[in-house]
Amino acid sequence: MPYLIRRLLHMAFVLWAVATIVFLMFRLMPGDPSAAFIDPTFTVEQQQEIRAQFGLDRPLPEQYLIYLGNLARGEFGLSFRQRQPVIGMVLDVLPNTLLLTLTALLIAYAFGTLLGALMAWNRGGRFEAVSVPLVLTTRAAPEFWVGMVMLAIFAFGLGWLPSGGANTAGAQYTSEWDRILSLDYLRHLALPALTLAIYLQGLPALLMRSSMLEVMQEEFVTMARMKGLSERAIMLRHAARNALLPLVTAFALGFGQSVGGNVVVENVFSWPGLGRLLADAIANSDYPLAQCAFLLIAFVLVLMNFLADLLYGLLDPRVAHGRG
Amino acid sequence: MAVAEARAAPAAPSLPVAPRRGAWSAFARHLLRDPYALAGISIYVVFLVVGLTAEWLAPYDPMEILFTPEGGLAASLPPGSDHWLGTTNLGRDIFSQLVMGTRPSLIVGLSAAVAVASIGTVVGLLAGYFGGWADQLLMRLTDIVLGLPFLPFVIVVTALLGPDLHNIVLAVAIMLWPNAARVIRSQVLTLSQRQFVEAARVTGAGEWRILFVHVAPSVLPFSALYGAFAVGWAILTQASIAFLGFGDSSAISWGTMLQDAYASQALDRGQFFWFMPAGLCIVLVVLAGFLVSRGYEDLLFPKLRDDK
Repeated sequence: MPYLIRRLLHMAFVLWAVATIVFLMFRLMPGDPSAAFIDPTFTVEQQQEIRAQFGLDRPLPEQYLIYLGNLARGEFGLSFRQRQPVIGMVLDVLPNTLLLTLTALLIAYAFGTLLGALMAWNRGGRFEAVSVPLVLTTRAAPEFWVGMVMLAIFAFGLGWLPSGGANTAGAQYTSEWDRILSLDYLRHLALPALTLAIYLQGLPALLMRSSMLEVMQEEFVTMARMKGLSERAIMLRHAARNALLPLVTAFALGFGQSVGGNVVVENVFSWPGLGRLLADAIANSDYPLAQCAFLLIAFVLVLMNFLADLLYGLLDPRVAHGRG
Repeated sequence: MAVAEARAAPAAPSLPVAPRRGAWSAFARHLLRDPYALAGISIYVVFLVVGLTAEWLAPYDPMEILFTPEGGLAASLPPGSDHWLGTTNLGRDIFSQLVMGTRPSLIVGLSAAVAVASIGTVVGLLAGYFGGWADQLLMRLTDIVLGLPFLPFVIVVTALLGPDLHNIVLAVAIMLWPNAARVIRSQVLTLSQRQFVEAARVTGAGEWRILFVHVAPSVLPFSALYGAFAVGWAILTQASIAFLGFGDSSAISWGTMLQDAYASQALDRGQFFWFMPAGLCIVLVVLAGFLVSRGYEDLLFPKLRDDK
């Protein structure tokens, strides 16, 4: 079977499994199973409509099939709080999460790659001796606490940046693009993105370091050295370029993981994204909203895992053409 | 098979003990020689002692609302001789909270380590040794877990099952065991080709005996490594859950302290003495785990080692 089709089937399997786990989790919770979709304060008509839509009075296996069908059609039920379809609420905040994740990852990978290359270059030197434990420390620091320290210093202490949200309250914008491309949005984005980036840069830094060290022992680097190329040229033109390959897949995987991992940072900075929506929904027992947010986060994760697999296959042909 | 048996025969007398001793004594030597690992162990020991003696060390009940000698609420006091780290806005002693908060972190970290290591080891052993459908099942389960977002999953599990520490441990273990199982499986695959396993088989040992007596001891160092990884993840996760407000709010932990500071506008007032110590403690404990497992990882996977 071709590689692409195999990966697609694999992705479909994982998506189905995750959807099934979500179905079971929210129905096996303590209390009435229909509590996952019906709030006691819904009007009688709303209750009946949802009962029919999700087949809540049918046996569990039948409910499960109806649930899968609803998922395929994008029907996720009504929010307990807002009384509107949850899918709209979730899609509304998705751009904020994606933008935050992408900004943080770009900063993290630009900085981390450079740091990792420098660490490899200074193998055994003082720079490496200091930076490796430092990088490990950033990986050990809870993101929400780093965010709190950032807030205390840059928002409350120095007053340079806003302390939360994505836009100043009451500001008017002509369109969604206008809102996102404003300086105000950028100022709100700065601290959460930086907080996330401080955590995320550790992985590319350590990966780049070990990948560089590995590449530097390869024959073509020795060859370049024998040709009399300068150390700098060898590092930039030969070693670094080849060492970057593992980072490409790590970026895709990191993207998928951060969309879920953003939960704490989004909450510290009141950033209106998926993670904050999920936490609020859980705190308010708004189960349809929580399910939908969770499924979307998982969907992004699975999609990114799939892309990482594909990239890996593209960059390293041995994988794609290997055992079938 | 015939070749393997032929090779195994002469090895039979000096049977199976060798590999396990090698791995463990290498581990001990590594710890003593690597300054980072030694630093990590020392940090663990300090926090363990603090956790075990927390009642004696804490000058006050961490939840008690304290009053000044003049009778006013001892609220938001700066650090001083009476309150080493000052007090919260409700007049609680921050140092006492910090000391008592050591416990949940250690409990979560250690139980998650044990859970991840034992599930991962048993499943990895079975899948690697028996192969077939057990192996397939392990691989598919691993794929599924990779498709679940870590923190959101833990949040949902604690929200649905209750905020107790053991539910957090359960959720963390569900997310982390497949990594351990996968690595142990591949170790078992190479080990079962080795002479001492063949030798045991030739001498008439049953499959289960070979698996648990001859193969298992050799993979235990890998279980320990994945257990060590789990310590840090579990502590960070518990703190995050507590910070988000899904933890047990009646029990003091570093995460609930930070949540309290955040919600009580300690950031706004610049009360660094309130939210810095708890955060630094989390960093230290998690870092200790990294330091111990890092060098150890190099030792177990020589391919990753990057010295020339």
